[in-house]
Amino acid sequence: MRAPLSWLRELVEIPADQTGRDVAALLIRAGLEVETVETIGEGVIGPLVVGRVDHIEELTEFKKPIRWCQVQIGPDAVNGIICGARNFAEGDLVVVATPGTELPGGFRISARETYGKTSNGMICSERELGLGDDHDGIMVLPPGTAEPGTDAKPIIGIGEEILDIAVTPDRGYALSIRGIAREVATAYGAAFVDPGVELADLPAPASGHSLQDCATEAPDGCDLITMRTIVGFDPTAQSPLWMQRRLVACGMRPVSLAVDVTNYVMLELGQPLHAYDKGKLKGVVRAAWAGDGEPFESLDHVKRTLRSDDLVIRDDSGVIGLAGVIGGLHSEIDDATTDIALEAAHFIPEVIARAGRRHKVSSEAGRRNERGVDLNLAPYASARAAALLLEFGGGEYVGMAAVEAPHEPVVIHLPASMPEEVAGMDIPGIMVVRILQVVGCSFEDETADVLAVTPPSWRPDLTDPADLVEEVLRLIGYDELPSTLPTAPLGRGLTAAQRIRRRLGMALAARGFVEVLSYPFVGDAELDVLLLPADDPRRVSARLANPLSEEQPRLRATLLAGLVSAARRNVSRGHGDLALFEIGRVFQGDVRGEGGERPGVQSRPHDDEWARLNELLPHQPHHIAAVLSGAREPEGWWGSARPAGWADAIEAVRVIAEVVGVEVTVEQGSDPVFHPGRCARIVLDGDSIGVAGELHPRVIEAVGLPPRSAGFEVDVDALTRAAGEIRPAPVVGTQPLAKEDLAVVVDHDVSAESVRAAIADGAGGLLESVRLFDVYEGPQVPEGKKSLTFALRFRAPDRTLSAEETAAAREGAVAAAADVCGAVLRQ
Amino acid sequence: MSGPNTSFDPKQVASLDAAAIDDMVQSALAAIAVAADLDELKDVRLAHAGDRSPLALANREIGALPPAAKAEAGKRVGQARGAVKQALEARQVALEEERDARVLIEETVDVTVPVDRAPLGGRHPLTTLMERVADVFVSMGYDVVEGPEVEAEWVNFDALNIPPDHPARTMQDTFFVSSPESGVVLRTHTSPIQIRTMLDRELPIYVIAPGRVYRTDELDATHTPVFHQVEALAVDKGITMGDLRGTIDHFAEAMFGEGIHTRMRPSYFPFTEPSAEVDLQCFVCRGESVGDPDNPCRTCGSEGWIEWGGCGMVNPRVLQAVGIDPSVYRGFAFGMGVERTLMFRNGVSDMRDMVEGDVRFSLAFGLEA
Repeated sequence: MRAPLSWLRELVEIPADQTGRDVAALLIRAGLEVETVETIGEGVIGPLVVGRVDHIEELTEFKKPIRWCQVQIGPDAVNGIICGARNFAEGDLVVVATPGTELPGGFRISARETYGKTSNGMICSERELGLGDDHDGIMVLPPGTAEPGTDAKPIIGIGEEILDIAVTPDRGYALSIRGIAREVATAYGAAFVDPGVELADLPAPASGHSLQDCATEAPDGCDLITMRTIVGFDPTAQSPLWMQRRLVACGMRPVSLAVDVTNYVMLELGQPLHAYDKGKLKGVVRAAWAGDGEPFESLDHVKRTLRSDDLVIRDDSGVIGLAGVIGGLHSEIDDATTDIALEAAHFIPEVIARAGRRHKVSSEAGRRNERGVDLNLAPYASARAAALLLEFGGGEYVGMAAVEAPHEPVVIHLPASMPEEVAGMDIPGIMVVRILQVVGCSFEDETADVLAVTPPSWRPDLTDPADLVEEVLRLIGYDELPSTLPTAPLGRGLTAAQRIRRRLGMALAARGFVEVLSYPFVGDAELDVLLLPADDPRRVSARLANPLSEEQPRLRATLLAGLVSAARRNVSRGHGDLALFEIGRVFQGDVRGEGGERPGVQSRPHDDEWARLNELLPHQPHHIAAVLSGAREPEGWWGSARPAGWADAIEAVRVIAEVVGVEVTVEQGSDPVFHPGRCARIVLDGDSIGVAGELHPRVIEAVGLPPRSAGFEVDVDALTRAAGEIRPAPVVGTQPLAKEDLAVVVDHDVSAESVRAAIADGAGGLLESVRLFDVYEGPQVPEGKKSLTFALRFRAPDRTLSAEETAAAREGAVAAAADVCGAVLRQ
Repeated sequence: MSGPNTSFDPKQVASLDAAAIDDMVQSALAAIAVAADLDELKDVRLAHAGDRSPLALANREIGALPPAAKAEAGKRVGQARGAVKQALEARQVALEEERDARVLIEETVDVTVPVDRAPLGGRHPLTTLMERVADVFVSMGYDVVEGPEVEAEWVNFDALNIPPDHPARTMQDTFFVSSPESGVVLRTHTSPIQIRTMLDRELPIYVIAPGRVYRTDELDATHTPVFHQVEALAVDKGITMGDLRGTIDHFAEAMFGEGIHTRMRPSYFPFTEPSAEVDLQCFVCRGESVGDPDNPCRTCGSEGWIEWGGCGMVNPRVLQAVGIDPSVYRGFAFGMGVERTLMFRNGVSDMRDMVEGDVRFSLAFGLEA
């Protein structure tokens, strides 16, 4: 809501020395979010005068038609001015910037030679003056505005300060000059003339004309409807300049007197009004619920289909308006309308909000009606509008028809001590009463322990005791609140899962991985790049009903999609040596079923209701994933670079498992994203919880990553569940160590892990560790075989091992490897 | 070690007189002093202290002396040999030290060469900033709680006093999942975690909820459809708005330094009443740039205050929706945008830097922003 300061000053005695910024500071303190204070025509330096175009000479010898105008700019001064606009005639009043004047943007006017004449000044358009963006031509002032030579600045509002206020949904009253002025008055403790409680003077209704009748058939949607009738109105009458200027200052475009007046009164009082061409109406105008599927064409030429809970205004011809939101195309006033029916009504806010959302209409009327309009205001606002119409458009006033449904009066029971209890500081009951009186509330008994508070009609947002507490505290000022600290119970610190995610991030970052946080939106393109087949579970994820991009309508079921995109972006920016990781949620499976009935909010949902809500949601576990490409260790004076590859991915997974404190096993695996021969399945307690290895060459090629790029993805939640809260301490043996190396030959296809496991198993309890340290394939071993060399370390807890004991353990290991893996001791 | 004097030569006995012995010592000491390295010293040792050295020969001749002269000559030669031996040992130590120092010098390397063989990675500053926030609250006894990002509409809106057709729903442009009627959305704020926490936990409740949230904004320099919030919630008997203010003050000081003030401006959120916007005193200029055009502050735009977050007392209607008696318990909530905080705290000028995953961005923050 844009509020011109001069308009506020009409309703409040703001001290003369107060600028727009001063007023803004107080309003901000009171809770109105003043976003900017701007000055209209800021940048106009020097005189602007009213000029009268005495004579126009058309110059036709140029590429475009040019006018050479003689403009009277003072009692005895006439300037010749060249003008390219054509929207004016001899005798019109215009705004002239004389030589020496500077216009917004540093544009300095000087006498200059142009089109073969000496042009002495400029006839200005709205845009050139910084008044608005109307560039249909130059500004033509209404006849009789002022004598030539008069200072034009106050006439066209230059220098006016405008407060632009972002109005929160609860403060519908602040969508009016009236409402803002009331806050200003409260802030200054100044007198306020409420224009919403005084009926404008209207002539006695003329007889002999029919009154447009109205009704409400839907009192649960429209509880008050009024209709004033004016006949014999001059459709060519123009709005006065001051009204036009204010509309422009508030961001609205002047259209015609009838439309301008309804807008002006809406801005001033906050009551949306609708002017019909009475001649186009048939029968009684009434608020009613729409028929299901009923058609309606709104004045923006959109054909809409209505539903039975859409509130409409209809006459005998059908629907003529979506109530409180937008009017219909066929009952609009036009430039021939002489008989006007002026509707002002009160609607139930939720009904209007629903219609606006459903039909995607955002209108000035809708914004106000959905926030709640002063219940009593309609007849006052329409009287004010009718008076303005009669004043500037002539015609005869015929009278008002009105229908009101009964209302339950709102009474809020506020314990007088509640504001001080909520605030944590002393606020005497009488102070509560006085402040709420300033807001406009009335009381049955000002001294009661529980105050029965009736809020004013213009504050439909005040419904609960907490609302009144906020009013009291904001008007005392939040800066008066004490600063105290509650005593929280002793906490338990982070959960195991939270600590694990932190440690994982730290560990990977310490090993050279860089964290990214990618968007979780994916589309077929990203999933195709990963070569995921149609039935891959990572294709099955929830789809957004309103994605930002139709290209990426789904939620990710794999972190790899975002990581390869980030990797590609880095590669394209010249960073091919990458280790990117992400820890985040993935979304598995679709939304389960439709919402159906939602629990109420009057009490805690039943357990089954709560369970049903949660069952709707897809599974959303945390994953950790990474993509590696290029050099894992850079080239340097120490030697050449070490390329990243499948082993780095698996190593990182091993680190992750160690960080979490669980044992995972790595098995030969397969996954469409990965190289079929270089893919590891990560297994935890028999369940597959992740995958690691070299990315499939076709994925690498499609993404545009360096060859042999690798990656992994692991379910962190699964790891976390397996993590023990307390890790047992090891036995640190101090007896001497016995080392044995063991080289065995196995078939090429036998996995190193299976041999290691067999050795560990067969070596018995004296084995401290076993580690593979060499793999050999070549002439020294038979074709199709490979040699694996393990370092075994033995130690007894209580004695030095004898050579016989070590030999026996070694033999056990060899036997087990032979037994399980067909291993033969290498000679 | 002296054998019988088999080749007795009375003339040579003269070598046992004092002057001759002294000459031998002086000659030995001179040779020791000029030995330049351990090899030379070895030769000197052989020449002056070896079995064929003059002093050794002199020693052998003692046996040929008359018994009366033996004692004196023995003493003289013994002292001379002792002096030479001592000088040799001293020189040996000195030369060894010299050699060791020289070898180590020769092993000198240029320690300024780059040693980035295993460069450090980096964590995302949004992650570490959220962890910092959580740590401050954990130190006050709060627990860190989380919730799903795909959330039931009832939890995201209804239970937070945002009924279906309330204008506040359009304040938060919502991603609907599956269909607008599915009852499932991408959570638009971290406040649904409040609801889950109040339904799940025993009272009193002191929690901090960091998380990722979603709104249908296009990505540009100052907007992103995917962003992060951190929200604190306290529900207890006797909680006051003064407690809210004190908690925010403490938090601001913990994050931005001692003496940093906050300011609360009345505002509106459906789930709190009273509600307020929280402004942070500019931690760079501390308000001193206001009205001083010569020293503008880029962090606060010379406003002195930075818009930081929203807060308020938990709306009794919200307590009611989760079955907490608002006549017994009150609560406060405070939330802030993590991206926004990172922008003004660390001077990030473009939101896109946070979402694109360019390694240069995260690496600049190392392990903590």
